[in-house]
Amino acid sequence: MHLTLKVWRQEPGQNGMFQTYEAPGISEDMSFLEMLDVVNERLIEEGTAPIVFESDCREGICGTCDLMIDGQAHGPEKATATCQLHMRKYNDGDHITIEPWRAASFPVIRDLAVDRSALDAIQEAGGYISAPTGSASDANLTPVPKDAADSAMDAAACIGCGACVAACPNSAAQLFTSAKVMHLNLLPQGQAERWKRTEAMVETMEEYFGSCTNHGECHEACPKEISLDFIALMNKDYVKSKIKNRKLSGQK
Amino acid sequence: MTGYSDVLDSKVPDGPIADKWTNHKFNMKLVNPSNKRKFEVIVVGTGLAGASAAATMGELGYKVKAFTFHDSPRRAHSIAAQGGINAAKNYQNDGDSVHRLFYDTVKGGDYRSREANVHRLAEVSVNIIDQAAAQGVPFAREYGGLLANRSFGGAQVSRTFYARGQTGQQLLLGAYSALMRQVNLGGVDLYNRQEMLELVVKDGQACGIVCRDVITGEISSHSAHAVVLATGGYGNVYYLSTNAMMCNTTATWRAHRKGAMFANPCYTQIHPTCIPSSDPFQSKLTLMSESLRNDGRIWVPDSFDESRAASDIPESDRDYYLERKYPAFGNLVPRDVASRNAKTVVDAGKGVGPLKNGVYLDFAEAIARDGEDTVRAKYGNLFDMYERITGENPYKQPMRIYPATHYTMGGLWVDYHLMTTVPGCYAIGEANFSDHGANRLGASALMQGLADGYFVLPYTIGDYLSTSLGHDPVGNDDPVFKDAIADVTDRTNRWLSINGTKSVDHYHRELGKLVWDYIGMERNKNGLEKAISEITSLEEEFHKNVRVLGSADTLNQSLEKAGRVSDFFELAKLKARDALVREESAGGHFREEHQTEEGEAKRDDENFAHVTAWDWNDEATPQTEHREQLTFENVALTQRSYK
Repeated sequence: MHLTLKVWRQEPGQNGMFQTYEAPGISEDMSFLEMLDVVNERLIEEGTAPIVFESDCREGICGTCDLMIDGQAHGPEKATATCQLHMRKYNDGDHITIEPWRAASFPVIRDLAVDRSALDAIQEAGGYISAPTGSASDANLTPVPKDAADSAMDAAACIGCGACVAACPNSAAQLFTSAKVMHLNLLPQGQAERWKRTEAMVETMEEYFGSCTNHGECHEACPKEISLDFIALMNKDYVKSKIKNRKLSGQK
Repeated sequence: MTGYSDVLDSKVPDGPIADKWTNHKFNMKLVNPSNKRKFEVIVVGTGLAGASAAATMGELGYKVKAFTFHDSPRRAHSIAAQGGINAAKNYQNDGDSVHRLFYDTVKGGDYRSREANVHRLAEVSVNIIDQAAAQGVPFAREYGGLLANRSFGGAQVSRTFYARGQTGQQLLLGAYSALMRQVNLGGVDLYNRQEMLELVVKDGQACGIVCRDVITGEISSHSAHAVVLATGGYGNVYYLSTNAMMCNTTATWRAHRKGAMFANPCYTQIHPTCIPSSDPFQSKLTLMSESLRNDGRIWVPDSFDESRAASDIPESDRDYYLERKYPAFGNLVPRDVASRNAKTVVDAGKGVGPLKNGVYLDFAEAIARDGEDTVRAKYGNLFDMYERITGENPYKQPMRIYPATHYTMGGLWVDYHLMTTVPGCYAIGEANFSDHGANRLGASALMQGLADGYFVLPYTIGDYLSTSLGHDPVGNDDPVFKDAIADVTDRTNRWLSINGTKSVDHYHRELGKLVWDYIGMERNKNGLEKAISEITSLEEEFHKNVRVLGSADTLNQSLEKAGRVSDFFELAKLKARDALVREESAGGHFREEHQTEEGEAKRDDENFAHVTAWDWNDEATPQTEHREQLTFENVALTQRSYK
C-alpha cells in the first residue's frame, strides 16, 4: 500500500514542524514501526537524516515506544502499544499523522523522542517495599489472598510508557502513579510503608504533572488497560495518608 | 595450543559440592561496614542481574554507580521474559530438592557447565523467591494465599514460579524498585542514557569505563575500584532474534578486547516457538511461550506442494513429526531438539505459510477435548498476541511457528567469583557463560540473573575489594582515561566520515543472514569456514561503505547502531571459529558431522568436556584458544534421550 506520513521533526533546542513523506510499497504484515524503519532506510539512502523514534522490545512490554498516531496515543488499536500495531489496520492511500507524546513534563528530545524521566522521579519517591537483600523470611510465611495478588498484578502490569499522560487533556499522571502505588498498597508486604508511600508518590507526581479531572482518556489509551478504579483507590489512600501520617508525626 | 588449562583458574573451592559455597562464604575476606563506603563499584546494565547487584551493593554500603543506556532502568530486556523462574522450594512436595535442580540444570546443559557454579545457583534459588515476594512481586497464588507453581520443559517436578505471562517484567520491577530505593537513599548514583563504549584497565586491573551520553553525545569517563558488566547476551548477532532492538554485545566485547576471555560463543539457544518472519523488513521475532507445546500438536503436510488450507488437509496427509520420532516426549522434547526438527522439515520443503517458513502448532484437538473457553483461559493472551501480529485467528486455524534465536549461553569467561580474566572486572547474568552449559532450561535465565545479582556477586566482590583497602580508585585525570576517551571519540567520529551508500541496518541484516545460515541450528566445517571468509569480506565492505548521517553531538541512533554492529562482526567471526574447533554436538551447538544414526546430537566427552575461552590478541592476530577442563564428580554423564 501507499501511505502519506505527516511526521513531527524537531532538532534539539529549536522549534519543530511537520514534514510530509510518501511511503509507497508498504506490506500489510509489517508492524507500524517496521513501516517507519523502511521509511528511514529510504531517507538514509536519499541522504536525509532518519526520523528519530524510540522502541526496544517490540513486544509491547518494555514501554519504550511512544507515538501519537492521528491524535491517539499508541494509535487506533485498543490495548495495543505502538510496536504491536500492524499495517493491516490501514488502507492504501491513508494519510497518517505521527507526533511525539504531548505533555509539558515530557520535553521533546528530538523528533518523536521525549524525556519521560519524571515518571522515574515518582517511583523513586516511594515506589518500593523496603526489603534489603537477605532480610526476607520464607515466602509462604505470608499468605497473600489470591484476589489481592490478582489485583496487585492488574496494577503491576503497567509498562510505564506514559500514554496515560499523553492522552490526558491535563497531562495528568494519575493512572501511572495509581498503578505503581496500588500494586504495593494492595499486598500485605506493602502495608508498613503504605501511607508514607502514597503521600510521597502523589505529591511528587503533582510537582511534575497536571491534575486529574476524571476524563478517563488515560484508560482508553493504556496498552495494558489499567483500570480507573486504581485512581479511586489511590485517592482514598491519599486522603487517609494525611490523617495517618499526621498521627505518626504527633507521636514524636 | 597445548597446555590449555594453565591460564584459567576457576577458583572452585575444595570440599563436597553441597558445602562449597557455604564454606567459601566463610573463607572469603570481608570488608567491614565502615570501610564499604570507601569503595566505588560501577555496574553497567540494569536488567535483573545489574539492578539486583547495584541495589544489593548499595544496601551493603558500597558507593555504587549504575549505568544504563535506556531512559529508565526498568526498560532492560529482562522485562520481556514470559514463563517463570525456577526455584528448589519443593512447595509442591513432589520430590524437588537443591540437588535435583542442580542435576536437571547440568543435564539440560548437556554436561558443559561448571558443576560448582550450578550447585550454588540451585542453593540460592530458594532465597530469590523469598526476596522477590518480600519486595511485592505479585506471583501467582493458590486460593489459600500460598504460592502457585507450574511445570516447565526439562524437569519432572513443578518448580516454576510465575506472574501470569509477565514474570520477567514483575521480577525486574522488583529489582528496579529496590534500585530506586537506593537511588533515593543515596547508595546508588544512577546514570541513564549512558552507553558504555570502553572498559578502562590500568596495570592489568579494571579501573573504570568510558560512556557516551546518547542524548548529548558527550563522552565521559568514570572510575571505580571494580566494574561489573551486566549487559546481557549477543543474540542480536543474528539480526533477527527475540531480543530487543537495542540488545548488543558492545560492553562485553570491549572488555574482551581489553583482556577478558570470551567463552563458548558458539552456544546459542534457538527457541522453537516463535512467529515466523513475514517480509524482508521484519525487525525482530516474537516468542510464543513454550507452554503452548503442552496442548498444541506440531505438524507439517506430508506433501511438498501442499496448497490446501490447514483445516482441509486430512489427518492421513499430515506428519506429526515430533510425536512420530519421539513417542515418549512427543511435542514436549527440549528446545534444541524441537528447533532442529522444525528446520529439517522446512528445509525439506514442507514448510507452511505464505513463505513456507513455518510449521503448524495446532490446537484443534485441545479445543475439541477441553472446549474453547478452557483453552482461552490458559493461553488467551498468547492467542491474542498471535492474532495481532499475524492477522490469523488461532482458534480457527493452526498457529504457524518457527525457531528463533533467544538466548546465548556463551559469554565472558568468569571464575567462581564471577570475575573475568581482567582482575576487578566482573560479568553477571546472561553476559557471563557460567551456568547453562550448552543449553539453558526454561525459567532458568531469571533465576541466574537474580542469583548472581542478589546473592553471589555482593559476597564475592568483597573478597577482591578488601585487597585494595586504602587505595583510591585511579583518578579520572589519569592518562589511561584520557587515552580511552580519545579512542572512543575517534571511533565514534570515524563512522560519520565514511559517507558510504548503505545503512547500518542493511549490513546488520546481511550479517545476520550469514550467521543464521552458517552458525545457526546446524553447523558444518565447510559452512563455518565459508562463514569466516564471507563475514570478513562483508565487514570490510561495512567499514568502507556504511552511511551514517548526522553528527556525534546529539541523539543519533544510526551512530549508536554502527558501533554495535561493528562489534557484532568481530563476535560473529569468533563464534564461527569456536563452532569450528568444537568437533562435537552439544545442546545448542549441533555439528552435522557429529550425530547419532538417528540424527541426534553426539557429544564427545573424552575430548570436549571443556570450556573454550578465547583470548584477544590484536586486530591482526586472531584470538588464542584456552580451555578449562570440566570435571563431573556429582552427575554421571549420559547421552540425553527423549525417545
